[in-house]
Amino acid sequence: MSLFRFLKSRSTAPVARERLQILLAHERVSLGPRDLVTILRDELLATIARHIEFDPEKLSVKMDRAGAMSTLEIEVEIPSDKVGVGVPARASAA
Amino acid sequence: MSKVIVVTSGKGGVGKTTSTASLGAALAHGGQRVCVVDFDVGLRNLDLVMGAERRVVFDFINVAQGDAKLAQALIRDKRIDTLHLLAASQTRDKDALTTEGVERVIGELRGMFDYVLCDSPAGIERGALLAMRFADQAIVVANPEVSSVRDSDRIIGLLDSKTLRAERGEQMDKQLLLTRFDPVRSSSGEMLSIDDVLEILSIPLLGVIPESKEILRASNIGAPVTMNASVSRAGLAYLEAARRLGGETVPVAVPDQKKTLFTRLFGRRAA
Repeated sequence: MSLFRFLKSRSTAPVARERLQILLAHERVSLGPRDLVTILRDELLATIARHIEFDPEKLSVKMDRAGAMSTLEIEVEIPSDKVGVGVPARASAA
Repeated sequence: MSKVIVVTSGKGGVGKTTSTASLGAALAHGGQRVCVVDFDVGLRNLDLVMGAERRVVFDFINVAQGDAKLAQALIRDKRIDTLHLLAASQTRDKDALTTEGVERVIGELRGMFDYVLCDSPAGIERGALLAMRFADQAIVVANPEVSSVRDSDRIIGLLDSKTLRAERGEQMDKQLLLTRFDPVRSSSGEMLSIDDVLEILSIPLLGVIPESKEILRASNIGAPVTMNASVSRAGLAYLEAARRLGGETVPVAVPDQKKTLFTRLFGRRAA
């Protein structure tokens, strides 16, 4: 058991691999030919970030196509204390 | 008073980004307001080493070109409140940064932070020159290895000629951060010694960071070595270097020679 925990605590490569996979999946798309969902995601992110301080990881954009109907689903998690805040207070302090 | 410090080396892969992140985290942990700035446009990595790669919305170029406010582009570290990151752009090319844009952003950062650490790209091109241009002092990162020392010498020359300070005829403070140092190989004569490098470059020593497995582990998880409570040799060495940077007098602890079975048996003749 302790050996298992020891091995687990030392192996950080899986963390590195996962971080890279997520990051590169995003970058390959945004650096290569861009699809609509990526463009929308980036522009929504920029627009929301202009007004609210929020965690970019908490934005999800999904698009579904079914027959004649397409749906765009946007989900943003905004901490309640950040609603109504224009610019991060600390960062704007001189 | 705010200090703008460029972390530079000429050669790539010697530890500029690791050192920027580690020193930045150490200074911020001590209560200083710190911003680490990535100047490597098109090949940013400071965000990844700091564990903030998924939080970049606006970057340095957006701010330099006036497309975003600085406050919107600064990413506050989730672990240390006083630590901030300004990421480089990944999608733009390196000519997108202008001298005027950089000057304005650095000027704004001076008003907000005690320390602004500029992580220079490798090479001696535009990006590297812009990273050093408005600095008050420089940390030259070098490995105890011939090509790195040669490139460091070249960079020292540029720091003394191409920076605003140099052009005004002022002194540019430069300190050497020797990284990936292996005391065993150095004492056996396989690797340049600290004194060798200091004698060749003749700039003061900021610190010696021993070669350490913790560095890879830290970048794997996106947490600089100085953030981890479990102290590693490299982490401690960076913490001490940060204290020196802050003006404290801390003797440089030369990483002691690890006693291998071989050196124990054969003592000083192990070489």
